[in-house]
Amino acid sequence: MFDYTTLRVIWWALLGTLLVAFAIMDGFDFGVAGLLKLLGRDNEERRVLLEGIEPTWEGNQVWFILAGGAIFAAWPLLYAASFSGLYLAMFLVLLAFILRPVGFNFRGKVHDPRWVSLWDWVLVASGVVVMLVAGVAFGNLFLGLPFRFDGDLRMSWQGGFLDLLQPYALLCGLISLSMLLTHGACWAALKADHAIAARAVRIARWATLAYAVLYVLAGVWLAYGIPGYAVAGPAVTDGVSNPLYKQVAVGGSWFAGYLQYPGFWAAPLTALAAAVAVQLLVGRRGVGGFIASSAMVGGTIASAGFALFPFLLPSKLDPRSSLTVWDASSSLGTLELMLGATVVLLPLVILYTGWVYRVMRGRVTLADVRKSHGGY
Amino acid sequence: MIIDPEVVTLSRLQFALTALYHFLFVPLTLGLVWILAIMESVYVMTGREVWKRMVQYWGVLFGINFAMGVATGVTMEFQFGMNWAYYSHYVGDVFGTPLAIEGLMAFFLEATLVGVFFMGWNRISRVKHLLVTWFLALGTSLSALWILVANAWMQHPVGAAFDPQTMRMEVTSFAEVFFNPVAQDKFVHTVSAGYVLGSMFVLSISAWFLLRGRNVDFAKRSMTVAASFGLAASLSVVVLGDASGYAVSLNQKMKMAAIEAMWHTEPAPASFTVVGIPDLDTRTTRAAIKVPWVLGLIGTHSIDETIPGITELVQDAKLRIGLGLQAYDAMLALRRNPDDAQAKAVLAANDQNLGYALLLKKYVDDPRQATPAQIQQAADSTIPNVPVLFWAFRIMVGCGFYFIVLFALSFWKASRRQLDQKRWFLRLALWSLPLPWLAIELGWIVAEYGRQPWAIEGVLPTALGVSSVSAGQVWTSLGGFVLFYTLLAVVDALLMLKFVRKGPDGLGIWPSADSAATH
Repeated sequence: MFDYTTLRVIWWALLGTLLVAFAIMDGFDFGVAGLLKLLGRDNEERRVLLEGIEPTWEGNQVWFILAGGAIFAAWPLLYAASFSGLYLAMFLVLLAFILRPVGFNFRGKVHDPRWVSLWDWVLVASGVVVMLVAGVAFGNLFLGLPFRFDGDLRMSWQGGFLDLLQPYALLCGLISLSMLLTHGACWAALKADHAIAARAVRIARWATLAYAVLYVLAGVWLAYGIPGYAVAGPAVTDGVSNPLYKQVAVGGSWFAGYLQYPGFWAAPLTALAAAVAVQLLVGRRGVGGFIASSAMVGGTIASAGFALFPFLLPSKLDPRSSLTVWDASSSLGTLELMLGATVVLLPLVILYTGWVYRVMRGRVTLADVRKSHGGY
Repeated sequence: MIIDPEVVTLSRLQFALTALYHFLFVPLTLGLVWILAIMESVYVMTGREVWKRMVQYWGVLFGINFAMGVATGVTMEFQFGMNWAYYSHYVGDVFGTPLAIEGLMAFFLEATLVGVFFMGWNRISRVKHLLVTWFLALGTSLSALWILVANAWMQHPVGAAFDPQTMRMEVTSFAEVFFNPVAQDKFVHTVSAGYVLGSMFVLSISAWFLLRGRNVDFAKRSMTVAASFGLAASLSVVVLGDASGYAVSLNQKMKMAAIEAMWHTEPAPASFTVVGIPDLDTRTTRAAIKVPWVLGLIGTHSIDETIPGITELVQDAKLRIGLGLQAYDAMLALRRNPDDAQAKAVLAANDQNLGYALLLKKYVDDPRQATPAQIQQAADSTIPNVPVLFWAFRIMVGCGFYFIVLFALSFWKASRRQLDQKRWFLRLALWSLPLPWLAIELGWIVAEYGRQPWAIEGVLPTALGVSSVSAGQVWTSLGGFVLFYTLLAVVDALLMLKFVRKGPDGLGIWPSADSAATH
């Protein structure tokens, strides 16, 4: 149906789409969780916030599971190298993903303020950790990661968790944090009782401002301070998936792709325009602010993915070991079958997810929370 | 590069602990959700409030368990990449697909609907809510299906071939992977085990209410549902367990021989050792009590086929290591020159044995340099832990037959409306609660520990599958898992006990007067 090159580009786009979908859908859950103590001044207010995300967070989290599964199936080398190389960072994220579901469920099960407060902090921490670590990991992609493959394609990695905490990567962590706090606040402005929503609007405004400044700063830094990677010579786009068959040149610009494909500029421009839109719309406490913050999240991630293209995981230790779209994918047959499965099943997912959001629509008020028994 | 054996041991330990732990919650979810679906169907058909209350009460316990299942499930997906990176690379082309489809087709469905199940009672009509519950149940079982398709491929890797250019297994036929006969048997066997556990959970806790004279009407109805569902499930688990055993004897001869502690090939039909003390060193089973013919019948479904014994299978493994070395040599030649026609022919003839050459990587960097002693060592390493398998299997099967008896008894008592007549019966039902968990965990051990030394049977040795991480890193994560999983287990158990003790009467789900009224 499609040739290998096209399928690889489609799967690169799908990988981006899944990451964006995860960041939009689960990102506001993390944002709200991270802001739980700041937005909710007492237990009832925090319950309003939690009941605004509880009916749907579980489904939202599956975007992450699916992104993981899709990377495993479509980009096995990327899955293997990133998850094992970033071992302790992944373990931290994993802990957050373990504690969050039980936090949502267990929090309301015992009526002791210390118990409730414990799980509140667990939820805050799980939100902040995931938002920060995801950004730091993404930032490190531009700096290159310390790995190489041997002839058997077994990877070795030189460096530990602390080596990830480079200044540029930390900046990216803060971008991720401010972006998803904005996104969470926009959801709270839409979903929570008005007293809380007003607070959320103020937080969203400050957080977007911080986001926009940091995002532009990161762009300038990337353009002038960080060497880019490029595949040396004519890229073989439909060859076998073995990264060692190519050469990589380091020292160019990460913006080379933007010069080659001017359409890429749509992504960062969307992100910045959306940041302005958040400022303008969030005060209405409607769906507009949330759509704007979603566009901001999507534009930001896409802009990073475009800059990296065709790289998925650059290696600073042995640049030719870098994983690219052209040499880290599954076989043609697997990409084809997975595409078929996605085309058939994803629309169904979107359909019933939409139905669930419609069923659970409406602002959660303090009065609602006083009536309910904690529901879940 | 010789792999650090400490990393291998720690990674295996971590995988086993987290998988066994995850597998405490998942089967209960699998079973309980169908019991909820049955109860809610009765509610919608009869309109009687008690059935809705039953769904809500058992739903609270289901919710606690579901959260634990979700939380510990993410670990499983992360862990392949974190700790088994070479495995992920080597088989991701095949193994990743069922996992991804599981997310897309099944986990999305259950996770998206579970919120509406709990919080949608007043927002949608009865029939719509029932549909949500049914799809939730369907989602959990579909989820098990895809996970077991992936697992079955580890036991019986069909529809894939090794590619020397990409150094991995690649799919040749998805139909073979998806319709793997091992997957069909495993799926029904495993979900049935979950249904047994769900039934036992409801049966035991209801029995406890009856022993206390609380929620009598509520508990008797719950018990009736559990008894019927449990009887069907326990019959299915044993019958499909037999089918599973048959599949094992066809495809994993060493696992079968180890389960039976069959050190040497016997003339067909082989006898079945009921109990005995298998001894690895002398390769004998002491104090064995044997029943003639039975193993031959179960294992081959015939009277004239032989089942090979462990000693003969080790000889076979040694032969395959020799052939595998030819494949290994051809693979290296093809890496130097992809067009080497002779090497292609050699690899094509022997690629089924390549994995056996990889067994030597544990002892020597280049398997072609292996000494005869190392080859013998590698061949001997294909014997799994016989005593553990022998006993795990027997206890599991014993539990299975016990469940049939207990559920048949419960079903009989329920149909004669005598559920609350005999205290010994209620005590028996209550104290049987841990047994399905025991059987399920032992089943995992038989299937997975019994596959050792292979991660993918005959294709990839477990020791080769690990990531290039340090032992210190794995110690850190293992310590973290032990700490957090222990804390969560304590909290989970306390919450479960709290809500069981409270009961539907204490939670205000069902009036406590009910118990007095029906007496």
